[in-house]
Amino acid sequence: MSERHTDDFTGVETTGHEWDGIRELDNPLPRWWQWIFWACVVWSIGYWIVYPAWPLVSGYTKGMFGYSSRGEVAKEIAKAETGMEGQLEQIRQASLEQIRTNANLREFALAGGRSAFAVNCSQCHGSGAQGFKGYPNLNDDEWIWGGTIDAIAYTITHGIRNTEDEDARQSDMPAFGRDGILEKAQINDVAEYVLSMSGQSSDASAAARGKPLFTDNCAACHGENGGGSHEFGAPALNNDLWLYGGDKATIVETISKSRRGVMPAWGKHLDDATVKQLAIYVHSLGGGK
Amino acid sequence: MNFLAYLPLGLAGLLGLSLAAGAADTPMYAHGLLLFGFAVAGVFWVISRDGDMGGPAVVREGGINYNDAIIRAGVVASTFWGVVGFTVGLVIALQLAFPVLNFDLPWTNFGRLRPLHTSAVIFAFGGNVLMMTSFHVVQRTCQARLAGGWAPWFVFWGHQLFLLMAATGYVTGVTQSKEYAEPEWYVDLWLTVVWVVYLLVFLGTLWRRKEPHIYVANWFYLAFIVTIAMLHIVNNLAVPVDLTSSKSYSLFSGVQDALTQWWYGHNAVGFFLTAGFLGIMYYYVPKQAERPVYSYRLSIVHFWSLIFLYIWAGPHHLHYTALPDWAQTLGMTFSIMLWMPSWGGMINGLMTLSGAWDKLRTDPILRLLAISVAFYGMSTFEGPLMSIKAVNGLSHYTDWTIGHVHSGALGWVGMVSFGAIYFLAPRMWARERLYSLRLVSVHFWLATVGIVLYAAAMWVSGIMQGLMWRAYDALGFLEYSFAETVEAMHPFYVIRALGGVLYVLGGLVMAWNVYKTARGDLRDERPYETSSAAPAAAPAE
Repeated sequence: MSERHTDDFTGVETTGHEWDGIRELDNPLPRWWQWIFWACVVWSIGYWIVYPAWPLVSGYTKGMFGYSSRGEVAKEIAKAETGMEGQLEQIRQASLEQIRTNANLREFALAGGRSAFAVNCSQCHGSGAQGFKGYPNLNDDEWIWGGTIDAIAYTITHGIRNTEDEDARQSDMPAFGRDGILEKAQINDVAEYVLSMSGQSSDASAAARGKPLFTDNCAACHGENGGGSHEFGAPALNNDLWLYGGDKATIVETISKSRRGVMPAWGKHLDDATVKQLAIYVHSLGGGK
Repeated sequence: MNFLAYLPLGLAGLLGLSLAAGAADTPMYAHGLLLFGFAVAGVFWVISRDGDMGGPAVVREGGINYNDAIIRAGVVASTFWGVVGFTVGLVIALQLAFPVLNFDLPWTNFGRLRPLHTSAVIFAFGGNVLMMTSFHVVQRTCQARLAGGWAPWFVFWGHQLFLLMAATGYVTGVTQSKEYAEPEWYVDLWLTVVWVVYLLVFLGTLWRRKEPHIYVANWFYLAFIVTIAMLHIVNNLAVPVDLTSSKSYSLFSGVQDALTQWWYGHNAVGFFLTAGFLGIMYYYVPKQAERPVYSYRLSIVHFWSLIFLYIWAGPHHLHYTALPDWAQTLGMTFSIMLWMPSWGGMINGLMTLSGAWDKLRTDPILRLLAISVAFYGMSTFEGPLMSIKAVNGLSHYTDWTIGHVHSGALGWVGMVSFGAIYFLAPRMWARERLYSLRLVSVHFWLATVGIVLYAAAMWVSGIMQGLMWRAYDALGFLEYSFAETVEAMHPFYVIRALGGVLYVLGGLVMAWNVYKTARGDLRDERPYETSSAAPAAAPAE
């Protein structure tokens, strides 16, 4: 079985082995293959000399330049920070109004605010700050807790109805249905009145019945005409902008069960300069007062 | 011989019953019953076969009574699991493009279906192909029947039981959360038993060989079986919460756990999907091309250098992590040195075709085998490239990795497996030829275009994703949010899913072709004309 044959096509001898009809040619290792292989080995040995490579009994070979990937990252971060440090320091020192009116600082704060918004805020408020159900649109001039730059900064810093910051903005609309404050029919009437208030078609007689109920139960926060109140975080009801939805069913649901949207206190998670940049950015989006 | 089968089956049945009786959770209960059912079915099956362990479809005069029945079972199982695995892959690709397809159900969400896909293609499709081809190749190249009586059947069915337990576990939330090693401790123990029997069957057959030397394909199969046993056992070392509970905790934690996991994970690629499938390549390419292997010396050198270097490369999965720098360096440099040893297989595969290149035109099976070797070469170049830290800084955690894996998995593993299945189907059922060679060509084009769409989409989306993550504006602020990068990848996810559709269609065409071949049907079609032969008379349309 160990008989060398010569392959007709290539003229190369076989090794003489044969398995189920398979033979093997006695070709040498390709030259280029060997050269590249040894080049890779030499390169690797060089790399081991330059960089940390082999574990020792205690510690490891450190390489020629004391490279460490953590050290590299620290250097890059430090470099990025020193590049920004001058402007960040100015942002920390300046008031929000000063930042807003200084062209250089404003440009810097808008860029930083946009970036921080994308990373921290867009998950709820949307990439374009357009908002979703329960998360306000920040592009319009309708503000629940106030649209001045200071009010916005306060909201970002302390958040809304969270448990991590005792200065968080607080307000608590009663669940008129669940808590048995109003009857089902009464809630229906109030909802009809809210519909009429926001200029939508409504059942006139039900709305008329709802009006006194609104005055007794809702006007304290939302205002007699439904104009809302920044002080209580009570949204205006007399326009067509809605946080949870302005159709009848949603309004009934809101009155019955209340709503309790929560926002984190970003002052606990982000540094001062970033919060300021966010405030400038959000204020610039459209409806800042 | 039969009583040797009854005793372990009886014990397995008792074990299954007692597990089910004392089960602490529903999955354990179900899997205990499954084991019991498996043992009972096994006993009945052995009785009904009355000692017949399967022979070749046709015993040639003076031939060896090869166990070909198990190869036939392997062809069916490989084809079945292939279609299942590709289809689940398509489903999760669609889920990534259209998240609504998660259906908000725990059993159908991406997190549970993804391991179902990876295990189905690697261990169910790939595993069955490896067992099928290794059982075929070792018998043919040793001129000996498979050793161990019923043992090969235990390996085959035991492996299917492992797959069933793993798959049903995944969708019901039983997982130890190690990538490619998700099955829980008791499923791992079962696989260990199956695997040791597999090793013994393989060694026993080598022992019986009538050839003085061991053929190179068998070295690769043996390296695959032995190394996978070691990787599987070490990475899955765990302590169960209770012997009746499906939950366990790994022996490793922190960065040691990560390194053990990627030592396992990378070498699952290296020894399961590379070494094992090189075994396939070394038998079926020269057989189908009817040419001698290009270089015996190259096969020796690249075999030993491949298995020596591969085992070090795992840390390149953990660049820029808590893993110490020195380990990252070793992972990277050994990956670079691995480049040429990997390419040794490609050279031997492609150069074996010299003198047979003309057959690519007329033999779509050889075309499948040839393109698989080409994809192998491409992936084993891309792998070392991506292990370089500077490249990895861009590619890691992006779709580039997914593209890389799939050019290897769909291109190399898939195509070489299809070639082997098409080679085996007519021979194992003793048919004159495949039902249809034209359909093999259809499969070839569906799969090839599918891979091109898939890999190209993932390369573009991966590099884009990596660049978007690291993009800074002029003032030094991050340019994009994570959600914006996800949005930008959507079109590529759709293209990828389209590639998946083509690949699944190819699998279905193969399943049809194999089914018809097994039945003995021959499709009335225009045969391929070989250059040497006079044009055959075309059958009447």
